[in-house]
This record gives sequence, C-alpha cells and structure tokens, in this order.
Amino acid sequence: MPAVEASAISVRIGASTLLHDVSLSLEAGTTVAVVGPNGAGKSTLLRTLAGELKPSSGTVRLKGRRISSYSAGALALHRAVLSQSISVAFPFTVADIVRMGAGERAGPAVAALVEAALAEVDLEGFRDRIIMTLSGGEQQRAQFARILVQVACGEAAQGPGVLLLDEPTASLDLRHQLDVLEIARRCAARGVTVVAILHDLNLAALFAERVIVLDRGHIAGDGPPSETITDAILEDVFGVAGAVGRAAAGLPTVLPHAARPAGRDKSSPAGGAHH
Amino acid sequence: MSASSLAGLRAGGHWPAALGRPVAVFGILGTLLIAIAMVAATIGAAGIPFGRLMAALGVTAGDPAFVGRDGLVLWSIRLPRIVLAVVIGGLLAAAGTIMQGLFRNPLADPGLVGVSSGGALAAAATIVLGDRLLAASGVTLPVAVLPFAAFIGSLITTTLLYRFATREGRTSIATFLLGGLAIAALAGAGIGLLVFLADDRQLRDITFWMLGSLGGATWAKVEATAPFLAVIVIALPFVARGLDLLVLGEAEAFYGGISVERLKLIGIVLVAAATGAAVSVSGVIGFVGIIVPHLLRLSIGPGHRLLLPASVLFGGALLLVADTVARVIAAPAELPIGIVTALIGAPFFLGLLLKQRSLLGL
Repeated sequence: MPAVEASAISVRIGASTLLHDVSLSLEAGTTVAVVGPNGAGKSTLLRTLAGELKPSSGTVRLKGRRISSYSAGALALHRAVLSQSISVAFPFTVADIVRMGAGERAGPAVAALVEAALAEVDLEGFRDRIIMTLSGGEQQRAQFARILVQVACGEAAQGPGVLLLDEPTASLDLRHQLDVLEIARRCAARGVTVVAILHDLNLAALFAERVIVLDRGHIAGDGPPSETITDAILEDVFGVAGAVGRAAAGLPTVLPHAARPAGRDKSSPAGGAHH
Repeated sequence: MSASSLAGLRAGGHWPAALGRPVAVFGILGTLLIAIAMVAATIGAAGIPFGRLMAALGVTAGDPAFVGRDGLVLWSIRLPRIVLAVVIGGLLAAAGTIMQGLFRNPLADPGLVGVSSGGALAAAATIVLGDRLLAASGVTLPVAVLPFAAFIGSLITTTLLYRFATREGRTSIATFLLGGLAIAALAGAGIGLLVFLADDRQLRDITFWMLGSLGGATWAKVEATAPFLAVIVIALPFVARGLDLLVLGEAEAFYGGISVERLKLIGIVLVAAATGAAVSVSGVIGFVGIIVPHLLRLSIGPGHRLLLPASVLFGGALLLVADTVARVIAAPAELPIGIVTALIGAPFFLGLLLKQRSLLGL
C-alpha cells in the first residue's frame, strides 16, 4: 500500500487551473523532490497532499484512506508539513515553538524529544531565545525542529508517516541546507515518506531517490534524478539548455555556467514533455 | 530522536508536567485580587476601616453600633460593585486575550474595534424597541435579557469583522483596525438613532452605556453576568492549545492537528459572549482587553494555557482598581470608569502601536 496516492487530482481556483490531472503514488520511506519553475504548482501539490487544499476533482489517499476522512487531529499524527515562511505573532521562545509539535503530550519524553530536535537542527543554545529575535534561517530551523517533534510523536502513535517540506532549504546557509536534507533522509531511512519542494536541482539530485518535475500544473517528469534532471527536460521545462553534467556516481549536476537560454515560446498556454 | 525517547512517549505522560509555575501565577494573582478587593471595600463615601470590615463580614465580633450600618453598606452597595467589577474585568480581559489570539494581533480589543459597540447597539435597541413592544402588555423588560441581546450584537460584529479582515487564512492588521473603526462608527450611528427615538427614561439608560460605568451595581446584575464568566472559564482550556498553534498561522495550526474552523467558531462565540455580557451591565469599557494580556505576556509568557485564566484574574483586579479610582478621585461625584481605563489604556495602546508599526507597514 503506497503511503501517499493521488489519483487524477486537479485544483482549480477561479478561472485558473493550478494542478491538472496529477497522479502519483509514493511508497513508504522514499525521498521525493518536487522541482519546477515558479508557478508550476509545487506548493499547490504539497498543500493538496497535506489535506489542506481540497482538489476540485480526483482523490488523495494517505496510507490507503481518503485524506478527507481524517480529522485534523488524526491527520497530524500521520503527516507533518513544514511551510515556507512562518511568522510568529507573539513572543514565544524557541523551546515553546518546538514543543508545539508534541500537541497535548508533555512530560520528560517530550522534553527529551524537544532537546534532541533542537540538537539536530543545531539550535541547542537557542532554546530560551524569543523566536522573533532569530535570523530568518534560524527561525526556519526552529520550525523544522517543531516538525521533527511532530513526526516523532506521530511515529510513536501511528508508525512512520509522511513529511512534506516546502522549500526547507530556502533561507539556509549551505551547511544547514545539507544538514536539513540529511535529517530528512534519516527520517526516510526509518520509513517516513519525505516529499520536499526544492529549487536547487543539485540538492534535489543529491537528496532524492525520485524527482517529480512539475510544469504549469502538469507532471513533466517523474523518476530517479538521472532520468528526470536531463538536458531535454530542463530545456523543455526551465528553458535552459546544456546545463547538465555528470558528477561521480552518475548523479546529474546542473551548471548554471554552462547554461544558455533555450528557445521556447513562454506564452504558450500549456506545454511540457507530457504532450 | 532516539528509540528510547520514542518508547517513553508511547508510555504516555500528559500535561501536568510543570505544575509549579501555574500554582505560583494563580497564587500571586489571586492574592493580589483579594488584597485589592479588601482595600476597595474599605474605601468610599462611608469609610469602613479594616477592623470594622472584618466585623461587618461576620469574621470577627465588632462594635454593634457599627456592624448594622457597615453591613448594610457593604452587602448592598460595596460588595455587589466589587464583585461586578471583578466579573466584568475578567470578561473583558478574556475577550481581549481570545480575540488577540484569533486575530494573531496584540492590538485587538473588543472595545476598540466595534465589538462592544455592536453589543451596546443591540442592548440599546432592546431597551427602546423592547419597551415599546412590551408596553402594550404591561410587562417590564427583565435584566437578564440584556446580556443575551448584547451577546447577539457582539456576535454579529465579531463575525463581520472576521470576514472583513481575513482573506485566505491571513488577517491583515490594518484592515482589521480600520474595519473595526468603521463598524464602531456604524454602531455609534445606530445608537444615535435610538437616542433620537428614546424617551427620557430610556435616554438615561442609553447614555449610561456610552460612558461605561459600574454605578448602580446590584446582585441581580452580578447574577446576570457571572454565569457567562463561568462558562467562559470552563471553555478556556479547550481553546488554549489551538490558539497557541494559531500563532503560527491558520495552515500551520491545521497541520498541527487543530480543527481551525471549529476553533474560530468557538473563539468568536466566546469573545462575543464575554463582551456582550460585560457591555450589557457596564457599558463600553475600553482597553482592559489590551493592557491585561500584554502585561501578562511580558511576565508569564504568551502560552495560552496559562495566559487565558491569568487574564481573567488580572483583568478583574485591574478593573477593580480602575473602578475604585473612579469612585474616589472626584468624590462625592463619580467618574465614569470608561474614562479611567481610557486614560491609562490609550497611551498604552499608542506605545504598543509604535512598537508594532513595522507590522502594519506604516
């Protein structure tokens, strides 16, 4: 049974179709990167898989059950979501925020989880700092620690679940980008299904066993990095040509230095490899 | 995330992890409230020194020359007023704290953004129109009807405000404050219209709303409002965790396991009930809902589990101080309490606004 299964989901808001007939099936414990140009529908896909956005047509199943049949509380034990930028309205400490991941649970076990999560994101010295006083990247790591606590609590209650990350590396320095993806990979090794939106194709190739390329609401490529991060797809979807090289272990690398703008009619209403 | 910590989690362990801090907070606030109430009971047109206060309360045996008179002053004038001030202060502070959590905004106050005005409009309409409707049958309007009318008025204004200021799960602080201003103006116009229609006796009653006063406190008014406070205090633990997570945003609260729509519905009803009940007996008293949660956040932190009940206690204490000042500062005349809270609260609000300017984009 796949951990997440989307069958023919479309999301329409007003006159625009943000996702068009997207189907995918994710086995438990896989690492998946979602890539694509701005406005391709990556966040929409993530929010739909998270059960926050109801698809206009099609269904999302989480561990075999329709996602809309879960209550908010039950859903939180099966899937956790890290949003892109979270603004905190009141002066909570970093430890307060991370502890929120545990829900109603408390006690020494939760305290240990909070400490472990803070250590994982390299924020041990920040536990009593007011979150607003941290830099953007540090705040993002604190939120990631909260999500890690939620994942651990969900795992304890319901077994490994699904972790959805919306650009988890966006405001981080290189070292912490690698750290965050490494942590996500360790979650996957325990059986958690990890889906991350990534803009850096090199990080995507490094992190994910499977890369889903989205273009204007369609899936333009789906497979291991060596099959999805190719000159053909990059030219088609991103409009750059000749940027892909090969690093050790056959992983594709994308070199902006080698890229040149590819000839592509940007104004065509729908395009991509699926046609 | 070691296996052993996961195992510990499975074994359970629920809330009362740090019982020490809540006990200390409630102990301090409770003591403060009782101390202020004692002082308030001794002060007034007929002074009752502390020794005679104990006798009048029946705690000690006192000089029978005073006990009778003191007891009368205490039980029929001073105590109802003290209890009412505490109840109203608790209601207003709870309304402010819940509202700030719902709107994710420390500047929210039911008095400031038209929720109190909406309640006052409904109460005024009930006085004027209800009287006319009932005049034929010869029945007088019972006191207990007003809190419900004001509750409905507050509910309508809070819902309107929420619809107005929130789009796609985000609340704009600027739209919220400006929208609230407009709603308050609209409700003010409605009250003006009712004043125009009112007869002399109704006019006196309505004027009293617009100023905000605890004068004329009776046990009947306490009985009409205390149940609202009781219901709200009972409901607080059920919204605390939701409001904590809502601080991160609506989507994040949902991801964290909160049924956001239900939380908002309960929150709005609680705000309206608290504000409506307060307004129906004391008129529009502003700023309590801003000062109390802000000061408490500075001292005990923003976690709602502690903040909400602490607000009720501290709000009661603060309004009791304000009311006692209003009673004695211009004795034998009495200052409307709304003036006292505005004199303290408005500069406080401006200071907060100055600190939050960047959030508003001003």
